[in-house]
Amino acid sequence: MAAESGMRRRDTIRLAALLLPAGIFFIAFFLLPMVRLFVIGGSGALGWAAYASIVTNANYFSSLLATLGVAAITTMATLIISGITGVFLQRHKFFGNAALVAMLTFPLAFPGVVIGFMVIMLAGRQGLIGNISQMLGADKLVFAYSMAGLFTGYVYFSIPRVILTVMAATEKLDPKLEEAARSLGASPLRVALDVIIPGLKPAFLSSGAICFATAVGAFGTAFTLATRINVLPMTIYTEFTLSANIAMAAALSFVLGAVTWAVLALARTAAGSSVAAAG
Amino acid sequence: MTKKRGVLFWLQLGFTLLVCSFLIVPVILSILAGITNNYFLGISSGFTLRWVLQVWTGYSDTIFRSIWIALACLVCTLVLGVPAAYVLAKRQNALARIIEELMVMPVAIPGLATALALIVAYGGLAGFRTSWTFILVGHVLFTLPFMVRSVLAVLSAVDLQTLEEGAASLGAGFWTRFFTVVLPNCRSGILAGALMVVTLSVGEFNMTWLLHTPLTKTLPVGLADAYASLRLEVGSAYTLVFFLMIVPLLIALQWFSRPRHQLHAKPQSE
Amino acid sequence: MTAIQNPLAIRLESCAKTFPDGTRALEPLHLEIAAGETIVFLGPSGCGKTTTLRIIAGLEEPDAGGRVLFDGQDVTRLAIEKRNVGMVFQSYALFPNMTVAENIGYGLRIRKLPAADIRARLTEMLAMMRIEKLADRRIDQLSGGQRQRVALARALAVRPRALLLDEPLTALDAKLRDTLRLEIDTLLRSLGITAIYVTHDQAEAMALGDRIVVMEHGRVAQVGHPRDIYRRPATRFVADFIGTMNRLSGRIEGGVFACGAGRFAWAGAPADACEVLFRPEDIRITAQQSAPLRGTVAAAFFLGDRTRLFVEVGEARPLVVESSERRDFSHGETVGLEIDAQNLLVL
Repeated sequence: MAAESGMRRRDTIRLAALLLPAGIFFIAFFLLPMVRLFVIGGSGALGWAAYASIVTNANYFSSLLATLGVAAITTMATLIISGITGVFLQRHKFFGNAALVAMLTFPLAFPGVVIGFMVIMLAGRQGLIGNISQMLGADKLVFAYSMAGLFTGYVYFSIPRVILTVMAATEKLDPKLEEAARSLGASPLRVALDVIIPGLKPAFLSSGAICFATAVGAFGTAFTLATRINVLPMTIYTEFTLSANIAMAAALSFVLGAVTWAVLALARTAAGSSVAAAG
Repeated sequence: MTKKRGVLFWLQLGFTLLVCSFLIVPVILSILAGITNNYFLGISSGFTLRWVLQVWTGYSDTIFRSIWIALACLVCTLVLGVPAAYVLAKRQNALARIIEELMVMPVAIPGLATALALIVAYGGLAGFRTSWTFILVGHVLFTLPFMVRSVLAVLSAVDLQTLEEGAASLGAGFWTRFFTVVLPNCRSGILAGALMVVTLSVGEFNMTWLLHTPLTKTLPVGLADAYASLRLEVGSAYTLVFFLMIVPLLIALQWFSRPRHQLHAKPQSE
Repeated sequence: MTAIQNPLAIRLESCAKTFPDGTRALEPLHLEIAAGETIVFLGPSGCGKTTTLRIIAGLEEPDAGGRVLFDGQDVTRLAIEKRNVGMVFQSYALFPNMTVAENIGYGLRIRKLPAADIRARLTEMLAMMRIEKLADRRIDQLSGGQRQRVALARALAVRPRALLLDEPLTALDAKLRDTLRLEIDTLLRSLGITAIYVTHDQAEAMALGDRIVVMEHGRVAQVGHPRDIYRRPATRFVADFIGTMNRLSGRIEGGVFACGAGRFAWAGAPADACEVLFRPEDIRITAQQSAPLRGTVAAAFFLGDRTRLFVEVGEARPLVVESSERRDFSHGETVGLEIDAQNLLVL
């Protein structure tokens, strides 16, 4: 049994030295604070039961359900929309294709607060959709400040991310499988259902999980669209700022973090890198 | 093989255009709102720069602070992240994977949680809590994985081991190799990572909202203020300023992530 | 091209190598490499030849008990940075961030030579490898052959005491390989440097090596001069690995070797089952009537200056025979064969 050679051992020490600054920074500003957060979460009036209150407390539970619900619907809608547009743009080369791709991926770096503003522009009190519906004779359609508006905002920032993944995966699809299906008589719809969608399944799974986790943890969008919306990040925020219930806020945010981390870890086992959970 | 553009094509194209307009129309509307005299009256009320001016006089400090923090964040991620990427490229064992998993955590969990953790841990240190460095710490935690991933990707594509052995056979020690061979060869990764870090830092809100104080506002924080309290035109003008800052970065990022075909001349024949 | 001073004599004592995952790459090896000698490690992949080279270089340490000595001095624990051996890699390992001139001058810059000396040495190296025009080119603009020349120049620029080459020609196409093989041979002879060359190509080994070390599964199968290895392979493996080897199985009795194809006189010890080995150049096509052996032509390949025939004689594999007769051989034709009995081998 050979021991690690002297050279490798010397190198290991130097490599550890190179990793040290990042390591110290991470321990000091993330690991230790997280531990503290966990401890604080159990230090409030409810003690460690605070961690269970996300299901035991009616308010928090409905908040959790609302969060998971809107995240799930967002993921479904985004996957369908991005699936259709992503495959279409990747497969068909025409004039203006690149411009459309640029437009669709443009909102990638928008903070949730800007996206909230975009939703207001579309569906707020002076929003475009309201003006159009009024012009058409119906009531002014205003939905920015409700769950529908939140859903719109979540879809808005999810489309760019998922489309990129879908387009990359479509590029790697083997066109021969589709040609084989067509040679056997399959219609375009059947080809899509039997060959393309199954081929894109890993991409859908991983980007869907990322979309879901991002929507669950999103804050800025809900914040901009007013506090009437009862999603978990907003609940945590109000507990922290308005109620000064730090322990509760800590416990809830720890649970929220654990949920999103778990979902993303699952996604990573299915595919490669992860994308920012901003919004 | 030429494809006939059937009904399906036009349907899909129509759908894609609809989605594009869903994303772009509000952007255009807000840009217009920022330079129109009166949003409710529309374009007929004439164009003006007074809202932009109002933003500048009222919020220029947030703009500079965002730029300053983004640049400081870049420096920090370079100093912390590039060596870390090298270590992860050299030792690709189970421990390295665990370290990568840990490092990615601030990205995997909501910014809210990270910020709250920082506050409960260090909120008591008044000097630190009220300084821009408090925000910087949050930004570095969030952007570090992107710098590391970017540099790691480039280092993994190069045959690092053979290059280092070549340098070692010529007498170069560990640190000489690091500075003369390793660093120059991850330049493109550093550049791509730098663009990503700056873009993410400028646009970061979730953490910054909790970490900021009235004296340490960044641009997105200012935006939230403006949306809540000021008229639509000012909020739009402020958003316009944000777009002007972020669009060049996004374009540079997109250009950078295009597949690189033959950036160098083909090798000549013998 | 000036010959280098003090070429290195290298000695390996009990050098074995087991990797952390348990693979036994090298069994204890003893070897003396003379100063100025070109020694070639030859074998299939996984035989331990590259591991041996890396141990000599200082990139791997031998298992406990193994020693590496340079001119009598123990360098086993000395890192490669301090050994002053020039190394040429299969993938060249040229630095993509530097030009050709910067690559070649790298080792000299590390040793902090004065700029004027570096320039002089650079000019000398560029001239020696005939790549003067490439000095300012970037690495990705070079062809494979050019890169190999730069790699050699870079390794030799620091005047190493030994040159280690790890399959330097494997990545090149056949014609280029022949050209560069000749250049490397000329270079090594004129420099008089101790060279350790690793390859899986036996033609290369025979052309370049003063001595060849044939390796198999981490062990040395045979060490010797190319001619010895070719004419007198020590094991079956060496016989098969080097060149082409024909086999005939049969009986020996009463001074005669009898097999399915015929019989001929041979003074070997009587044996019921025996296999003789011989090279294609030791068997000839003769007139059918008086030939001691007979076979049928299975395939004939016209190579220009000769024809290579595969002749079926009832063995597992057909015999390889070469003929310079200016006629066509047809498939299925019966031919007579005569063996030069003094070059037969029994292993």
